[in-house]
Amino acid sequence: MDVVIGQLFTGLSIGSILLLAALGLSLTFGQMGVINMAHGEFIMAGSYTAYVVQQVISSATGSLFISLLVGFVIGGAMGVLLEVTLVKRMYHRPLDTLLVTFGVGLILQQLARDVFGAPAVNVAAPEWLSGGVEILGAVVPKTRLFILVLAVMAVVALSLAMQKSPMGRRIRAVVQNRDLAETSGISSRRTDVTTFFIGSGLAGVAGVALTLIGSTSPTIGQSYLIDAFLVVVVGGLGQMKGAVIAAFALGILNSFVEYSTTASIAKVIVFVVIVVFLQVRPQGLFAVKTRSLV
Amino acid sequence: MSIPTSGRYRAWAGFALAALLLFVVAPAVLSDFRLSLLGKFLCFAIVAVGIGLAWGRGGMLTLGQGVFFGLGAYMMAMHLKIADAELRGDPVPDFMQIAGIRALPGYWVPFTSPIVTILGILFVPALVAFVLGLGVFKRRVKGAYFAILSQALAAAFAILLVGQQSTGGSNGLNRFRTFFGFNLNDPANKQMLFFIAAGVLLAVVAVTRQLMNSRYGELLVAVRDQEERVRFLGYDPANIKLVAYVTAAFFAGLAGALFVPIVGIISPADVGIVPSIAFLIGVAIGGRSTLLGPVLGAIGVAWAQSAFSESFPSGWIYAQGLLFIVVVGFFPAGVAGLFALLKRKKKASSERPAPPGPADETEPTERMEMAR
Repeated sequence: MDVVIGQLFTGLSIGSILLLAALGLSLTFGQMGVINMAHGEFIMAGSYTAYVVQQVISSATGSLFISLLVGFVIGGAMGVLLEVTLVKRMYHRPLDTLLVTFGVGLILQQLARDVFGAPAVNVAAPEWLSGGVEILGAVVPKTRLFILVLAVMAVVALSLAMQKSPMGRRIRAVVQNRDLAETSGISSRRTDVTTFFIGSGLAGVAGVALTLIGSTSPTIGQSYLIDAFLVVVVGGLGQMKGAVIAAFALGILNSFVEYSTTASIAKVIVFVVIVVFLQVRPQGLFAVKTRSLV
Repeated sequence: MSIPTSGRYRAWAGFALAALLLFVVAPAVLSDFRLSLLGKFLCFAIVAVGIGLAWGRGGMLTLGQGVFFGLGAYMMAMHLKIADAELRGDPVPDFMQIAGIRALPGYWVPFTSPIVTILGILFVPALVAFVLGLGVFKRRVKGAYFAILSQALAAAFAILLVGQQSTGGSNGLNRFRTFFGFNLNDPANKQMLFFIAAGVLLAVVAVTRQLMNSRYGELLVAVRDQEERVRFLGYDPANIKLVAYVTAAFFAGLAGALFVPIVGIISPADVGIVPSIAFLIGVAIGGRSTLLGPVLGAIGVAWAQSAFSESFPSGWIYAQGLLFIVVVGFFPAGVAGLFALLKRKKKASSERPAPPGPADETEPTERMEMAR
């Protein structure tokens, strides 16, 4: 029983990290159809932000919360820069955005290697996050619980923003029908930029969160990116509830398979499960209802 | 599309010229080291032809060619390691002895036989591509989804290889002594390997040309441009895509198998996500929807990379990133597209109505001047 609870929490924890990484993608890929391969490098930028902020502010608690804020802004700013310089020219060529942003990602990774060095760096976690909490007989590290809470808060904040705020309404309007939204006075350009800012900002937050559970290296984002994409694919394009369910489902599946086999076999099994799942639901868990044939 | 007779002659001439360059000129002017380096580039070019077919003509952005390349390469490498061990009279390859593995792992056993190895190289990558392609295309999983899935496959494959001690882990397999009984240290044998790679490349290009000039080739391009219309005409786009994807995987598997004896090492770093995507840049630069663009682009990029990384190792990564941004973002048709543009411009200016009468006898350049 302890083992099951323990694996369940490991799964939830993997899931919450996936979710943080995937939330931003579900905005930029799901809503706007842009495959941003540099999203992983925005995550990395968030992690290095936490590292730099800690060099300035020595209090681990203070630096964590400031990093979350600064990480969001830095990730968002990088996203806006990318959108304005490259992505905006290519909204009708989604596959090409993939390759172009991959190039951006390569450059950012090498830049991080040249600035911070190839070896991994560490960020100290606050005192109150050390140790674990006993839940139903299984010990869960507090850092992982914190990430879970952070992911849930991000989901709630994002869904409130999308459902209730005028900005969220504008984003949804532009996604559903760009021309009609334009006609009713919404600047679709400004909305695109805003969407990219939020999506990339969330990547920065994910990066800060990752520093709590491991060290930071130039390739940190890349290792989460593919899984995050799979979450969006399984969840259904642009569907936040799909992303939430998919992230936790994949996290839990991963942790249980990994427990009974090895980490590398688990990756392959999860991949096979996803391909089989797409046979049943090619559009993912939840699909936007549309009359389009393609 | 029927090929005009002059086009057919041109193709033959080009083919003969390429054969002359590869089989006569290159071995004569290049040192043994450079020749085997060129052999490595030819392997990348073979992969590129397949990518050109699947991505350029078929519109399937495959980010996982490293998987098929790696499958072919690892099967070949396993056979070579076993053969070396047998030659020394050991039950298992050297790296396994160091790791304390006493008996050959079960999945290695089939590759004791050279025939099974060759059959494996020919059929396993194609089979994997067939299974994945069937799962994806039949359910009409869309372009971006396919790209992500093919990439996830590459990630899973590389992680699987790193995790297994019996594939040499992240070190991969290296130090091969023989190739089907031929000593790999002998320069004559190395030259023979180069010729094999050159021959395979020429064959692969010829097959692709035939394929693209057939009815199938037209259908493939039609699926890329208007998949729904092709479906309405009564064809199954899934089958059409599947053929191109499987062919591309087959080519990549062949290239991987040749890469191993030529380069002497295969490791997860050669087959993971980044190398899988890096295969694309040569194709994009050369011109993804042309026949020779991918070949020349792949060779050019591989050459630039080896020249560049000798002097600035980290500089190459910046250059590669910039190439992706500039070429894919701003010149999606590649160098071939630039040529086509120039040709069109030239044609457009020469097709302007020439002034009547004596103008016909004047030199072409003058006529253009007058037309202006």
